Amino acid sequence: MFTLRRFLQLIPVFFGATLLVYFLVFATPGDPIAALSGGKPMAPAVEAALRAQYNLDQPFWIQYGLYLKNLVTLNLGQTFSGQEVAAVIGRAYPVTARLAIMALAFEAIFGVFFGVIAGLRKGKLFDSTVLVASLIVIAVPTFVLGFVLQLVVGVQLGWAKPTVSGAAPWNELILPALVLGLVSLAYVIRLTRASISENMNADYVRTATAKGLSRRRVVVVHILRNSLIPVVTFLGADLGALMGGAIVTEGIFNVPGVGNLLYKAILNGETPTVVAVVGILVIVFVIANLVVDLLYAWLDPRIRYV
Amino acid sequence: MSNYEKDMSVNNPAKKTDETPLLEIRDLAITFETANGPVNAVRSAHLTIMPGETVAIVGESGSGKSTTALAAIGLLPSNGRVSGGQIFFDGEDIAHAGEKRMVELRGNSIGMVPQDPMSNLNPVWKIGFQVKETLKANGLAGSNHKERVAEVLTNAGLPDAALRAKQYPHEFSGGMRQRALIAIGLACSPRLLIADEPTSALDVTVQRQILDHLDTMTTELGTAVLLITHDLGLAAERAEKLVVMYKGQVVESGAALEILRNPQHPYTQRLINAAPSLSSRRLQSQKVKDALAGAVAELDEPVEAGYTPSPVPAKSGLPSLRKDAEPGRAQAGDTILEIKNLTKVFKLRGALGKTTDFKAVDDVNITVPRGTTMAIVGESGSGKSTVAQMTLSLLAPTEGSILFDGVEVNTLKGKALFDFRRRVQPIFQDPYGSLDPMFNIYRTIEEPLKIHKIGNAKSREKKVRELLDQVSMPAATMSRFPNELSGGQRQRIAVARALALNPDVIICDEAVSALDVLVQAQVLNLLNELQEELGLTYLFITHDLAVVRQIADHVTVMQSGRVVEASSTDEVFNNPQQRYTQDLLSAIPGATLLV
Repeated sequence: MFTLRRFLQLIPVFFGATLLVYFLVFATPGDPIAALSGGKPMAPAVEAALRAQYNLDQPFWIQYGLYLKNLVTLNLGQTFSGQEVAAVIGRAYPVTARLAIMALAFEAIFGVFFGVIAGLRKGKLFDSTVLVASLIVIAVPTFVLGFVLQLVVGVQLGWAKPTVSGAAPWNELILPALVLGLVSLAYVIRLTRASISENMNADYVRTATAKGLSRRRVVVVHILRNSLIPVVTFLGADLGALMGGAIVTEGIFNVPGVGNLLYKAILNGETPTVVAVVGILVIVFVIANLVVDLLYAWLDPRIRYV
Repeated sequence: MSNYEKDMSVNNPAKKTDETPLLEIRDLAITFETANGPVNAVRSAHLTIMPGETVAIVGESGSGKSTTALAAIGLLPSNGRVSGGQIFFDGEDIAHAGEKRMVELRGNSIGMVPQDPMSNLNPVWKIGFQVKETLKANGLAGSNHKERVAEVLTNAGLPDAALRAKQYPHEFSGGMRQRALIAIGLACSPRLLIADEPTSALDVTVQRQILDHLDTMTTELGTAVLLITHDLGLAAERAEKLVVMYKGQVVESGAALEILRNPQHPYTQRLINAAPSLSSRRLQSQKVKDALAGAVAELDEPVEAGYTPSPVPAKSGLPSLRKDAEPGRAQAGDTILEIKNLTKVFKLRGALGKTTDFKAVDDVNITVPRGTTMAIVGESGSGKSTVAQMTLSLLAPTEGSILFDGVEVNTLKGKALFDFRRRVQPIFQDPYGSLDPMFNIYRTIEEPLKIHKIGNAKSREKKVRELLDQVSMPAATMSRFPNELSGGQRQRIAVARALALNPDVIICDEAVSALDVLVQAQVLNLLNELQEELGLTYLFITHDLAVVRQIADHVTVMQSGRVVEASSTDEVFNNPQQRYTQDLLSAIPGATLLV
């Protein structure tokens, strides 16, 4: 029931988001047709034909209405270079999805691992080291981290290709995924650590110890599950954000993903591409949130959705 | 799970003679490392428990009683350590035993029933799982562990145990959770059970059931019990020997009744005098009140029910003369609060969007004469707090009326409601939760004055100083924050805040329930003196009949939303009419010990 209702909620969210994005692109200053011609003069007849082709000669509501009409027939429109928007997204999205999944796996596995150890050894050397390191990672902007790692690992050490080729295979995406996941990794570590050290002092943990359980079992069964609840929430929200493409990271490593696509489309004022990409991103984000909610309910039986 | 299997040889040592104590603590010292350097929480504590015996450690919070007990099961917080002395369990010194040895002992040799049933069960695992893992860890689960779990839970007095085992802690009531915790503590038939305030979070009648049950079980199993409690009456009733702790030291120990009748140490004497469960009369100001009533009669001046708000702080002592303080004989016109046929129905959301009606308050009538204290007594769920909330006009009644000074509270709006709020003030149960941690004490007390635009900055400061003085707090407290004060001090601040607007009625919702006995006595005394001085009327909501005895003139006993008994305090205590009231009275721990 809950899941179904959440899926139905997608419909208004989708229309609201596309309308908003459509309007924002419409209201952006600058004439897309002038940009298309590169500032060179254009025959009025050609210009009028182009405007008619992209419905740019219509008022806003008609434009949006025509867009929705096309959308129902699964026609996402064309880019200014004449490609089908659906095909363009179809090429870019798998790359971004791959990148996002690798980054998420990286931050989840290492983040929880380091966070748990740091939390259990609060105040010890390992904990302090991890804390300082994560602080540095959070403080340094992504584009600095990206360029430094590209230079050191990609160029000087030659362990990985500094940029990604057209097909963007898994192995070439390791370095960008690392950069992409690094900042979130630092947050996951800190969140896990705080959560663990808080739960370590919980009454039920003391009770569990008093029952005669081994330390290991107390940590794994009683501390870990309770501590992961906020971490899962963070990771889920982060998955939604990662799926939206990473403009900076994709830019540095020349990854042909959604972030890149969106960035160029916005610069060109290509309304159909921008709206289609953002619409999909909204859906992905809502679904990611739904998954988090379901996971949350699974981890914490006190939460049951009616 | 070989690592959970117990080493039988360890747990069944050769028969000892009866002279060997099961637990013997000698010269125990426990030190906590804090940011301000080491703190000696326990100094040279000593106690002895023979097999099968029940010994109680009594003391206020911070006395080191829980710390001593936790050391015996090796569960000191990570910043605490045993810095001296020995803890002999069955002849073996376990004060510095390794973690491995302690894991062996815990559960099947030393069990524990912790204090707060709300926080001591892991919320994410089913009850059955939490019992099962206890059995497993001590190698007692066997092949039919489902039945064992049900058996253990049934023994602890949990009905429908097999079904209940499949539920999560949040689906249990407090009493049921405590039964589950007792089941866990006794699951492996330990030889020593540490019961740390096992029932202080529960209603008094549930408390009695659970303690009775615990008694029966430990007697059957031959388990020795180390009972930790702040309630002297309860300790004396349940234990053969008492150990009184104060500021980390054992100040007195010996046979329970002997200590109760003939306390040697001044602290024990104070504790006995303050113990509400042992005192048998209204606080002394009753006498003063009677004298005062006489004085008022002499003045023979009809007193207006109206109230004149004054921007200048009222001169203390004056208002009290204007009000009749004699309880019981108040005239009809002197009723300040009249609750008539009050009913509150809550709609509970059930399955499939259906709602069921739940009558939280059912046709309640209460009349409170001015200048007296009316206590509403009942267990949790009896509707007493709902009555308080409706009287404060924080909740709209479904039916019935509440007349405050002859005016219907319900229909008050705008300015009139604002004025009503000034005249009726609440004091809530939790002094930790009801003060804004971001406000210093000055701001906390000044806020109501500011909201009601009384005086200017200067006169308000003067008023705050006076209020602090009235509740016996130094003026320097003004710049401090709630987290720097103790529970009792915070409750004094809450009283000062309630007094700021010179209210006529103060509604105390379990105002002293969260406090230690000595602090409780202080706050009750304070409330009593203020009543005498300012002619206040109290509506006192509590589950604790012992407190009622000390503060109230009249009592209304509620059960499941209905008033089952209403009379003067003496009448209710000396001659309770209803079965339920008798149960409540007999459930006061230690009530019969010192009469």
